[in-house]
Amino acid sequence: MSTGWSDPRPLSPFTSVWRWHVTMVTSILHRASGVALYGGVFVLVAWLAAAAEGPKAYMKLMSIMASWPGRALLFGFTLALSFHLLNGVRYLLWDKGIGYDKETADRTAWVVIVLAAILTLAIWVTAYWSLDLLKVGG
Amino acid sequence: MVQLTLPKNSTIQKGKHWPAPQGADPKNVRQFRVYRYDPDSGENPRWDTYDLDTSQFGPMALHAIIYIKDNVDSTLTFRRSCREGVCGSCAMNIDGRNTIACTKPLDEIKSKVISISPLPHQAVIKDLVPDLNNFYAQHAAMQPYLKTTTAAPDKEWKQSIEDREKLDGLYECILCASCSTACPSYWWNGDKYLGPAALLQAYRWLIDSRDEATGERLDALEDPFRLYRCHTIMNCTQVCPKGLNPAKAIGEIKQMLVERAV
Repeated sequence: MSTGWSDPRPLSPFTSVWRWHVTMVTSILHRASGVALYGGVFVLVAWLAAAAEGPKAYMKLMSIMASWPGRALLFGFTLALSFHLLNGVRYLLWDKGIGYDKETADRTAWVVIVLAAILTLAIWVTAYWSLDLLKVGG
Repeated sequence: MVQLTLPKNSTIQKGKHWPAPQGADPKNVRQFRVYRYDPDSGENPRWDTYDLDTSQFGPMALHAIIYIKDNVDSTLTFRRSCREGVCGSCAMNIDGRNTIACTKPLDEIKSKVISISPLPHQAVIKDLVPDLNNFYAQHAAMQPYLKTTTAAPDKEWKQSIEDREKLDGLYECILCASCSTACPSYWWNGDKYLGPAALLQAYRWLIDSRDEATGERLDALEDPFRLYRCHTIMNCTQVCPKGLNPAKAIGEIKQMLVERAV
């Protein structure tokens, strides 16, 4: 990673000394969740492809996704989606010139982090709850 | 190229330790970890630690490093001039955040060890002195002066009180480079991305009612790197020791570019 520096003088420390603000955390999470969603799209495509392929392939994929690693993956996908969606609203507001002062930016960063967690949990609680309903119904 | 760790010639070694003076009240002793680099030694940089009796000097971080230079270790090198937040010389990274040492009170710092290093991700000339030539060149490229085409008036270029107020929060920049060297985008692309300080300066002239080169100035900024490397990370605004808001200024420029396109 450090091949880019050709100056004989040293490079001053940056990531190793920096004490993060919450706005830097949300910025890096926005990018990380964006990358995660990009990867998640392949899962969605696999789901569609399996459905098109037929019941056997579909059941196979479903059993993979229903396993604990599969569920963890889906949970991460939901978390990334919730965060990216909510933080995206901050970017839209910034593009309108709203929310740039640091107190507001700090506050909206925390709001997005907390809301993303709540939204993710709400989606999963709802999912498990409707699963129970299905079981009872079926 | 995105570089997350320090290159080989820049990794920081453990340096010297300077104990607190005899008879100092332990309650007043605080430890300072200071980045040292001696270009003549051929060695890598190092962290020297100084245990200082804080009752012996003033309240600011600058007082502490001047005390080190005067009383403990005269080889410590740093820039300083006005000692009151108007010259921008003593900008450095203190306790993990960029600021100017002269207006940074030590009692605001909660960390046990007070870490002091040069402005981040710059070539170090010596100790706390970074090479800011690229930063200054970017400022100069913004043509920070009034550009006009109409004939000059007999006296001064006039400006209404309202138009003058638009420059508040922009003209106060002291070019300390705290913001630009706080910006991860500037860390990774400092050669191509102008950085918050230069862009705040650009905006200061873009919205000056007397300036007649707005279109030309916007043309010079419309570039995926020069302007649009800003991802609103907000480190610039978070650290500005003058309380200015480069992130907002950059957002305003982006809006101006959209508005002239539609």
